[in-house]
Amino acid sequence: MTDNLVTGTRKSLDVVSAAPQADNLIKKFLREPAAVISLVFLALLVVVAVLAPLITSYDPTATRLADVLAPPFTPEHPLGADGVGRDVLANLVYGAQTSLLSAAIVIAVSLLIGVPTGLLAGYRQGWIDGVSMWISGALLSLPAIVVLLVVLARVGRSTSLALVVFGILIAPSVFLLIRGSVRAVREELYVDAARVSGLSDIRIMVRHILPVVITPTIIQAALLAGAGIGIEAGIAFLGLGSSDKASWGLMLNDASQNIFNAPWLLLWPSVALVLTVMACTLVGNGFRDALANYGSAAGRVKTRKAAKEAVSTPQPARPMTKASAEPEDALLVINDLRVSYPRPNGEKSDVVKGISLRVERGQILGLVGESGSGKSQTAFSVLGLLPGQAEMTAGTLSFAGADLLGMTPKERNRLRGARIGYIPQEPMSNLDPAFRIGSQLTEPMQHHLGISAKAAKAEALKLLARVGIPDPERVFKSYPHQVSGGMAQRVLIAGAVSCNPELLIADEPTTALDVTVQADVLDLIRSLQAERGMGVVLVTHNFGVVADLCDQVAVMRNGEIVEVAAVTDLFTNPQEEYTRLLLDSALDSTSKTTTAPSAGSDMTTETEGAR
Amino acid sequence: MTSVNHTASPKAEPLLRITDLTVDYRIGGFGRKRSFRALQGVSLDIKPGETLGLVGESGSGKSTIGRAVLGLAPVTGGDIRFDGRSITRLSKKERRALSSDIQVVFQDPYTSLNPSMTISDILSEPMQVSGTSKVDAQRRVRELLDVVNLPSNASARYPREFSGGQRQRIAIARSLCRNPKLIVCDEPVSALDLSTQARVLQLFADIQEQTGVSLLFVTHDLDVVRHISERVAVMRRGEIVETGITEQVIANPHHAYTKALLLASPIANPALQAERRRERRLFLDAQPALSTVAR
Amino acid sequence: MLMFILRRLASGLVLMFVISTATFFLLNLTGQDPVRQVLGPVASVEQVEAKRQQLGLDEPLISQYFQWLGSAVRGDLGRSWFTNQPVGELLSQTLPPTLSMVIGSLILAAAFGTLIGVTAALRRGRLDRGLQVASTLVQAIPGFLVALVLALVFAVQLRLLPATGFTAFTESPAKWLASITLPVIALALGSLASIALQVRGSMIDVMQQDFVRTLRSRGLPERSVVVKHALRSAAGPSLTTVSLMFIVAISSSVIIEKVFNIPGIGTQANNSAGRGDLPVVLGIVLVTVVLVVVVNLLVDLAQGWINPKVRVS
Repeated sequence: MTDNLVTGTRKSLDVVSAAPQADNLIKKFLREPAAVISLVFLALLVVVAVLAPLITSYDPTATRLADVLAPPFTPEHPLGADGVGRDVLANLVYGAQTSLLSAAIVIAVSLLIGVPTGLLAGYRQGWIDGVSMWISGALLSLPAIVVLLVVLARVGRSTSLALVVFGILIAPSVFLLIRGSVRAVREELYVDAARVSGLSDIRIMVRHILPVVITPTIIQAALLAGAGIGIEAGIAFLGLGSSDKASWGLMLNDASQNIFNAPWLLLWPSVALVLTVMACTLVGNGFRDALANYGSAAGRVKTRKAAKEAVSTPQPARPMTKASAEPEDALLVINDLRVSYPRPNGEKSDVVKGISLRVERGQILGLVGESGSGKSQTAFSVLGLLPGQAEMTAGTLSFAGADLLGMTPKERNRLRGARIGYIPQEPMSNLDPAFRIGSQLTEPMQHHLGISAKAAKAEALKLLARVGIPDPERVFKSYPHQVSGGMAQRVLIAGAVSCNPELLIADEPTTALDVTVQADVLDLIRSLQAERGMGVVLVTHNFGVVADLCDQVAVMRNGEIVEVAAVTDLFTNPQEEYTRLLLDSALDSTSKTTTAPSAGSDMTTETEGAR
Repeated sequence: MTSVNHTASPKAEPLLRITDLTVDYRIGGFGRKRSFRALQGVSLDIKPGETLGLVGESGSGKSTIGRAVLGLAPVTGGDIRFDGRSITRLSKKERRALSSDIQVVFQDPYTSLNPSMTISDILSEPMQVSGTSKVDAQRRVRELLDVVNLPSNASARYPREFSGGQRQRIAIARSLCRNPKLIVCDEPVSALDLSTQARVLQLFADIQEQTGVSLLFVTHDLDVVRHISERVAVMRRGEIVETGITEQVIANPHHAYTKALLLASPIANPALQAERRRERRLFLDAQPALSTVAR
Repeated sequence: MLMFILRRLASGLVLMFVISTATFFLLNLTGQDPVRQVLGPVASVEQVEAKRQQLGLDEPLISQYFQWLGSAVRGDLGRSWFTNQPVGELLSQTLPPTLSMVIGSLILAAAFGTLIGVTAALRRGRLDRGLQVASTLVQAIPGFLVALVLALVFAVQLRLLPATGFTAFTESPAKWLASITLPVIALALGSLASIALQVRGSMIDVMQQDFVRTLRSRGLPERSVVVKHALRSAAGPSLTTVSLMFIVAISSSVIIEKVFNIPGIGTQANNSAGRGDLPVVLGIVLVTVVLVVVVNLLVDLAQGWINPKVRVS
């Protein structure tokens, strides 16, 4: 639908390619200011921790009665001294050592456990996966501090032991992450292709799976560092950490005991702790965002989704005349419709470039074209269901004499479902998985027709029978995943016509179906149309479907209409070169002798698309 | 689209012979196991240089046959013989050795190429396994790109820079790189636009003419089969219901299901399609068991 | 559905068994003589031996274990070595404060987290950016630090709420509320941020689904599309976060209880673990695992209600 937004690079085959991927990722990361500042902060912290003996001459654990609660900003104690006379600055600086060391221990332990097990479980699956999943679930359901209490109770105060145990407890988060990534990659066809190419398991692991796992692992490590620093502070605060080491948690413990007479003691360790943990999180987020941005450049599916983001009814800008200029009784009039999407570089990409169409009452108009031709975008413009960031303008967009452009979103919403119906492409993904089919049919009917639940149910059962479902009662009570794709599509058709619309918009209604089911669904649409006299806009790429159903055909290419003709004229006497080319490409029996168009045609390999 | 058969006489041993193949997929791990029979006693063979079209609807098991030949599906029973020896149950090492002879082109050109590798890396990967030198591999990459009509400067780029049809050309190039005897094509054109479809099919035909490779061509589209293969096998619910010369099967289908399939496919001609629609109604009234309504 | 519950229950029982066994042997693994710890350094050897016999510690570890397990299965968790109080009784005293805090904080976090997450997902823009920044900050602050600052501001400086202690609900509902307000807020903040982020993410995902567009094409009111349909689908992953947050809250309550000096299960755990009161520690571990199993089961049931696919398979 919006492929051309994404694969706009198609035509740039001769442009020199972008830099290799890893470089790109780092560049994107460097564009995140918060992440870069955080990284610098952490680097400084490392320097401070290493140079601790040079910064202060105090032993952080040495207590001096004379200095108890010494005030800050004195040459002797720049930041004062705590409740037992330890220098605050020294504790802060040496505490950084402890914190960083804690982070390192937690990262090391959890990665050492999580990465290999995750790789193994994700790649091998089977019983190894089952067992390790159970163990990981068990570890995750343990409250960490309670476990640490138990362990430390026997062994005595030890920060490093506590952190090792914490690393084990948190290892499942790494395990699950790695396992998930590996499983996702494993499903990819390119791994199958590598296996068929004769690569050994180890080679597949190194070449195809490890690269995918590395970046999420880095992100996770940054978050683990934050968790490790936090838990160390917690342990020390509880008085369970090693007593011979400086720690921000220990400082907070002391501050909490002196909270009434020296509340300022709380300040320094709090600031240090919060900033450090936050820096870790921000570094992780920075990598994540860089990866996401990067991924959107690479992955077609992802960007397609992004293009659908924040769906709402965009308020069309309307520079031109009102629909009242059209005196006729046409069901749908479109004049100079334009749809564009903003590109990341600030430019706009036009997907519909000023097209005009009309649909008479009771007429079936086929909108036919290849991927990226703008046919679906045109359909969604009529429905008012373009993605939020789409910009739509039109000279005229009128439905049954009413000006769609001048309507409020609420008024548009009152038309949808009631007077304009919609049949989507994918049957399974277009039903709400959480609701029974029956309630999905009755809800709009109750809303638009104002009928009771009972009446709506009777009506829905009638509709289900009408669309050829043999056991309407059972299907009414079923959930979407309990019926087949063909059935689901019948349900969606029943939903589209449930309030007797005057116009039906069908977006590739049979593309996802098997050919025998397709034939039945086409029959169904035809008979419903004849019975109710609806106007239909049928979006399709399949000329067989056009020939089967349509009265009038509009051929689209690159956002423009190439040719509009009555269906028999179009097939017997196409006027445009492009239409002929498309018809020739059809593989069905009418083109038995036709050889495929050669590379010499006006459609060069550069524009080869996928649906 | 007749292939030039370099090596074999008409009575030659089949290159691939599948006898009574049964495949069961296990669903739901750990604890309670159920299994789902994807293939039930399927037999077929492919001669050297021949294309066999395998046609059927979703869930018919047509892709499973391809995956079983590639060693990617769990074979429960039956035998697959390639070049005279059984490849039904191979060790990992033997399966890897076979990779120079049997190759694959998948349906989805977007997930069948690793997005983080350059085209050159993707194409030379199978050659590295066989220990080809870097220089030779690079030369071969250029040759392959030429065979599939892509510019040689494509090799330094990433898959995302190519359209669906171009990616499918790259996937075809990868399958060719060690001169296989058989390529399993799993719906290789069904994700493509119509005009692209026709050109990719032509590419397959050209390649077969040049190299004499055999194709096991899996598709849901009888029209595609008509264009690419001399023989066709029609599948339904894990079994082959009809096999024969494509033209004969299409002109005079023996099995009712094949007929239903043919009549369901719409013709891009309003008058002919109206005729076919009537024919289909009459046929289905006579064969209510084949109606899709109950599904 | 019944099979599903039974399987989860069985898995929970196995978990309880494994954890309590591990705890039992871990506590007996190393360290000092527990009897000497109970009686202190001045007790005579005879006294120690008498006490050892009384506590049943003269028997081999394995038979000690089976004795404990046998009575635990019958609901008898033994008595504290130090105070001789029945463990069951101790737990029933210390559980209410902790549960008040943990459940209160989860309700608070889930309610506000959902509200904020949904609004951020629908509005995007500035509110959304704000949520991202605020949640990063909040998640970076350890709960006990929040607790300390809250205590400093509201209890020490403003004297609005009690700084320490716990009043039972049955004693005085108003005082109960006052005594848990600050701990609940301290516990809730981090979970609130996590839940808000999770809800936001799932809502954005769901709002992009095809079925949401189709619901809109049916002309349903926006409120129905968002609240009735989209939120229900988004609730699944968010519920999983809630169950994780429950475990985190149990864990953090140990520290929060220390800050506010609340006689809950965390304080009890800290004290008993510190002096090696094995029966009490075992009891506490067991009861936390039971709580987690129960909460996970409830969440699984809720998942089944939300997602019919889970229910059927």
